[in-house]
Amino acid sequence: MEKVMSNKLVIALYVLPSLLLLLAVIYVPIVLTGYYGLNQWNGIGPMTFVGLDNYQHLFTDTAFWQSAWHSLLLALFSGVSLIGYLVIAMILSGNIKGANLLRKIYLIPMLLSSVAIAQLWLKMYHPTNGVLNSLLASLGVHNPPEWLANPSLVLPALFIPIIWQYAGFYILIYYAGLKNIPETLVEAARIDGASAWQIATRIKLPLLREVINVTIILSIVGSLKYFDLIYVMTDGGPNGASEVMASYMYHQAFRSFDFGYGSATAFALLLICLVATWLIRKATASGDTIQYS
Amino acid sequence: MKTQAAASYPLGVSTRGKMLTRVGYAALYTLLIILAVTQLLPLLWLMLFSLKNNQEVFNLPPFALPSQPHWENYMNVWTSGNIGRYFFNSVLVTVISVVLTVLLASFVTFAITRMRWKGSQLVLGLFMVGLMIPVHSTLIPLFSMFLKLHLTDTPLSIILSYVAFNLPTTMMILLGFYYALPREVEEASVMDGCSVNRMFFRIVLPMTTPVMATTSIINMIYNWNEFIFVNTFISSDENKTLTVGVQNFIGQYTTDWGAIGATLMISILPILLVFLIMSDRIVEGIAAGSVKG
Repeated sequence: MEKVMSNKLVIALYVLPSLLLLLAVIYVPIVLTGYYGLNQWNGIGPMTFVGLDNYQHLFTDTAFWQSAWHSLLLALFSGVSLIGYLVIAMILSGNIKGANLLRKIYLIPMLLSSVAIAQLWLKMYHPTNGVLNSLLASLGVHNPPEWLANPSLVLPALFIPIIWQYAGFYILIYYAGLKNIPETLVEAARIDGASAWQIATRIKLPLLREVINVTIILSIVGSLKYFDLIYVMTDGGPNGASEVMASYMYHQAFRSFDFGYGSATAFALLLICLVATWLIRKATASGDTIQYS
Repeated sequence: MKTQAAASYPLGVSTRGKMLTRVGYAALYTLLIILAVTQLLPLLWLMLFSLKNNQEVFNLPPFALPSQPHWENYMNVWTSGNIGRYFFNSVLVTVISVVLTVLLASFVTFAITRMRWKGSQLVLGLFMVGLMIPVHSTLIPLFSMFLKLHLTDTPLSIILSYVAFNLPTTMMILLGFYYALPREVEEASVMDGCSVNRMFFRIVLPMTTPVMATTSIINMIYNWNEFIFVNTFISSDENKTLTVGVQNFIGQYTTDWGAIGATLMISILPILLVFLIMSDRIVEGIAAGSVKG
């Protein structure tokens, strides 16, 4: 038994292909990204080693910090919207008829490609023929806004489809977590005369804490590296008003052919995501385990 | 008895009289239904304008039915562009990536959870850290690596990327299942003189079919919709997948809304169909894939 289950050849055969792929496609590139960031390079010609120049430039690059600010706004916005999702999931998990069907309906946008969603919402926001402005026009609004062309409206206008896309996902996660809470606990509290509010805040929320922590990390880190929808809908425009970190990196590398600087940006993005994960873990793990008495 | 009590006083409002319960219920349902409608309305609008001609799109109210459905929009889009080609590429890339990912992940997960070897925890750690790596931070080196290996503009470049980036999530879902497999299965098969390979292929793999189905669907949704790798690595129309192909195709048809609608509908229908058939599995898979992190 022991011998069969520690057969070195078999282990190597089972593990090495995936491990090599993981190293080649994820770990080696990450090291290279950090290294490219130390060079000036157009992607094709020779690399010139410039030390920390790119990283220094990043610190003083207002366009980068503006994009980082937009990413942060999206992260905050997503973080806050989790509260709404949690409320919906709580209602949904309260033995509501049709809960199964409803949470499946909520999930549908999440299954579609960002390109399809982006194209659909581009049409929704179309200045003259979009749903939004058609409705505004029929209500008598004469100069409805050009949502995506207006620098002060473009970010909120982009956040709405993102919310629309992910709502079902987070509701589903919370719902699954809530369904894992043993019915007996809730029942016991109810018999003791606890109100719905008390049951939700004193019993369900603490028990859901791990799940909530995971969703906070998912939504904040996901927002920090968010790319697809914004790239397709506005490409960071107008005039950088909706540029986020990932799109800024993409533009530097694949449009300006500044691969060195793009890599420095990509490496910064990686560090920011890892630090954010670490900070959230730290912040959410600080409390003691909850006592029920 | 217990479930009955839970069903009749779902939100713990039993103490406040029937009237309030009924009003509360109506309010909650309204909220849930408004959310469901919000999630579906943009898609309904898309379906409607995919069947209209421009005149109807611009002159009728957004949610009015077309005078007669213009199915020819779909025919035109399918025959005039490369949609069929993109569609085939998406199927090819998705199927190959999903099969490879699930198989490779099963190998590694089996070796880590069931076999005995030094370094298994380190390897597991490497895969799990991979969960936190944003694809953007590997994009530039991957692009230059594939360029050197003459893999850019080949399906292989995106397949390799998909498999590597999907291995961690897939393993995460498989892990719990593999840990729960009874030891007796292995003992019995080793007693019978079974080799590890035989045990894996004949006994373990068939036992994990349900969880393999779940991970396959999640992988499928991800690969079918993936954008940034295809957009970066693939340059010729011949090798594009549906997401990126649709994006470029729409670029040529900025004014023909019916054509755009039909293109988008074609790109999202396969996922919607799969969802209609296997929604339970998908819901369960998405919940499992995210919470266990």
